[in-house]
Amino acid sequence: MGSLFRSEEVCLAQLFLQSGSAYDCISELGELALVEFRDLNPNVSSFQRKFVGEIKRCEEMERILGYLLREIRKASIALPEAEVSPAAPQPRNVLEIMEQLQRLEVELREVNRNKEELQRNLVEFTEYTHVLRVTHSFVQRNSERESLGPQYEEFPCLEKDSVTGYTSMQRLGAKLGFISGLIPRMKVEAFERLLWRVCKGYTILISLCAYCMQGENSMDTVVFLISFWGDQIGQKVQKICECYHCHLYPHPETDEERCDVMESLATRIQDLHTVLSRTEDYLRQVLNKASESVFTWAIQVQKMKAIYHTLNMCSFDVTNKCLIAEVWCPVDSLAALRGALEEGSRRSGATVPSFVNRIPSHDTPPTLLRTNKFTSGFQNIVEAYGVGCYREVNPAPFTIITFPFLFAVMFGDLGHGMVLALFALWMLFHENNPRVKRSRNEIFRILFEGRYIILMMGIFSVYTGLIYNDCFSKSLNIFGSGWSVRAMFSQDQWTNETLRANVLLTLDPNVSGVFSGPYPLGIDPIWNMASNRLTFLNSYKMKMSVILGVIHMTFGVILGVFNYLHFRQRFGLYLLFLPELLFLLCLFGYLVFMVVYKWLAFSSRHSALAPSILVHFINMFLMQGEALESLYPGQMGLQVFLLVVAFLSVPVLLLGKPLYLYWLHQGGKSLGAYRGYERVRRGSEDDVAVMRDNDTEDGGGLSDPTNREIQKRVRHHRHCHTAVTSVIHTIEYCLGCISNTASYLRLWALSLAHGLVCNLFLFITPKTLSHNEIH
Amino acid sequence: MASLLFCGPKLAACGIVISIWGVIMLALLGIFFNVHSGVLIEDVPFTEEDIQKDSSSPQAIYALYDQVGYNCYIAAAIYVFIGLLSFCQARLNKHNEYMER
Repeated sequence: MGSLFRSEEVCLAQLFLQSGSAYDCISELGELALVEFRDLNPNVSSFQRKFVGEIKRCEEMERILGYLLREIRKASIALPEAEVSPAAPQPRNVLEIMEQLQRLEVELREVNRNKEELQRNLVEFTEYTHVLRVTHSFVQRNSERESLGPQYEEFPCLEKDSVTGYTSMQRLGAKLGFISGLIPRMKVEAFERLLWRVCKGYTILISLCAYCMQGENSMDTVVFLISFWGDQIGQKVQKICECYHCHLYPHPETDEERCDVMESLATRIQDLHTVLSRTEDYLRQVLNKASESVFTWAIQVQKMKAIYHTLNMCSFDVTNKCLIAEVWCPVDSLAALRGALEEGSRRSGATVPSFVNRIPSHDTPPTLLRTNKFTSGFQNIVEAYGVGCYREVNPAPFTIITFPFLFAVMFGDLGHGMVLALFALWMLFHENNPRVKRSRNEIFRILFEGRYIILMMGIFSVYTGLIYNDCFSKSLNIFGSGWSVRAMFSQDQWTNETLRANVLLTLDPNVSGVFSGPYPLGIDPIWNMASNRLTFLNSYKMKMSVILGVIHMTFGVILGVFNYLHFRQRFGLYLLFLPELLFLLCLFGYLVFMVVYKWLAFSSRHSALAPSILVHFINMFLMQGEALESLYPGQMGLQVFLLVVAFLSVPVLLLGKPLYLYWLHQGGKSLGAYRGYERVRRGSEDDVAVMRDNDTEDGGGLSDPTNREIQKRVRHHRHCHTAVTSVIHTIEYCLGCISNTASYLRLWALSLAHGLVCNLFLFITPKTLSHNEIH
Repeated sequence: MASLLFCGPKLAACGIVISIWGVIMLALLGIFFNVHSGVLIEDVPFTEEDIQKDSSSPQAIYALYDQVGYNCYIAAAIYVFIGLLSFCQARLNKHNEYMER
């Protein structure tokens, strides 16, 4: 059982898997999620690996499953998601699944195609019916009048006597032809114009009422009817209609034909409706049946693909009968690993068992931290800034308290804290509700993942709300205020005259009875009604922020000691930790000391004489200050001393480690104390590698000159690297100290903003609105 | 009963949330006004003469406090009514959605 304080010990192990039972063993290992596989074939491309065929098959199945899931979702069928994930299927069962999937896909595609075709037909028939109906009404109207004069537009090219015009054309033997159809409303004008220009007025276009088609592509369409004389014009008109992508329908000559066509259309539409509804029912049935197992198959295929991907990372040994895999395994879980291998071998019925062998390694193992549902949120936040090295101290367990606490210092509101805590509790109670777990809303998912963090933040906010005495931006008077206004009157400081003459009055705590002692817990509720509330609170909160900040940063620096002790770098304690601590404490620790001293040393009687800490702090750096009254005897001397110590610690931090390592390499006196390292860092920053090089150089008598040259160059490179790293670290640390201390002032800024906005939103805005209504 | 439904699902949910907040906040405010808490003095509509009238015990101010408190309780009751209405609407919406399927 690992602890959260430090990452776990991880070792490299070699697995020897029988070819027959490799699949099952890796399936077992996958279910347990114990180990990390190393890729033993890094130079092989993914198309040349051994199990590429199986992976292709898995991907094909995934494609079909994706299509099925999309169809199921489109039909809004609920997917029953099982509680327990199914295990990966055996290779021999895969063919069955594959076959079923392919069958389902073919069926679905066919049904969808048919459905689309039927719908297209339906649209056509409905349009045709409408065209017939509309033109029928027009023709009827026309035949009542017994003239074929145009209803819509006059064409000036026609003869004046339109009646004789008709008979004259008939005498010419030209036939009156009709074309009817649908055209989008937008194109009607252009269509008309083109027709008139091309046919020189020998056609009549009648565009009738609009027809809006309900459906996926609903356009405003207009029914039109073109009447023309002669065949050639007819062909021209036909071509123009095709240009404009109109839906043309044959116009029936006589009324009986029209009625027949309409009847047949009506019956056909009826049939189509029936067929369509049956098709949809069938589709739904198919999808319902598929939805039962689709989810299981999806998970199974995913697991299978992962297993083959892992198998691709293993290498075959010489006899080609056994797979070798290299894994990083936590030392504590080696027994579980053996158990999993045994289980896998037993399941596949292999005669020769697979076994595991621990091997030594020079590479840095990966960092493993086991978290549960409570700590995983905090660990994720910490890892967003970077993952620690192997066996380094993990800052996450401390974050569990400091992160919500610092949030609460900024949020500091009892009422809102309770709302936050209640929201988090609601999420916690519905933790295992599958509907909540499967929610697809991004924002809600983020909040749900951090439900424990939010709970902690809410509880801490309740506490800081009590301290700030702020509940929805109003104070609670639980214990009775320590200030008394009556005492100002009874001591004859104020009279009714004073009240009338002055707008603002200040209570004087030096008058007896006015201030009876500090409020037991938190800030006195009278401050909520005072006009100089912010003056007081700003000073208090700013100082509190700096104090919290310096404590937090010092704690962080001290955590580094555990690393130095663990990796047995005693020089780190003296050359890195001590200068860092001295720099931080001599400057900002002294500031904190001055703040606390001023709080303790000056009471309300001497409050007029209390000096400004800021002025003193600035003068400390400028090394002036004779003009100011000192806070305490010996202040000048102490400040100069602290300043000197702080400034001296910077070069020690900068040059200490590189010089020490260089001297160590040159001198080589106390090597013995540095054996037995656990950690070896991959790559160049190696104090240890330097040690070992030293060892081999002194220990081994046979070293040819070229080897020495190479080693010397490598060592020189390492020294440069150490020096540059040291410079970067020093600059970052010193600047970081100053800038981070200042940025802790956000604790003050945000709590101020929260109070003001809350007051505005909850009390001032409603009051203003109601006053505006009254006046 | 043609259709008692006049708001959609989201409006109904909004109404429920705001009603719950309104009920809790106004009920608490009413309690605090009845307890004559000093912090809420700015919200009590008193005039100059009210201050002049009372010599030793501020009875007029207390009476005003109680009045504002009762106003808050009435507002809370209205919110309860609105909350119930929204809840009914939300249930009807869910019923319709189920029937449509």
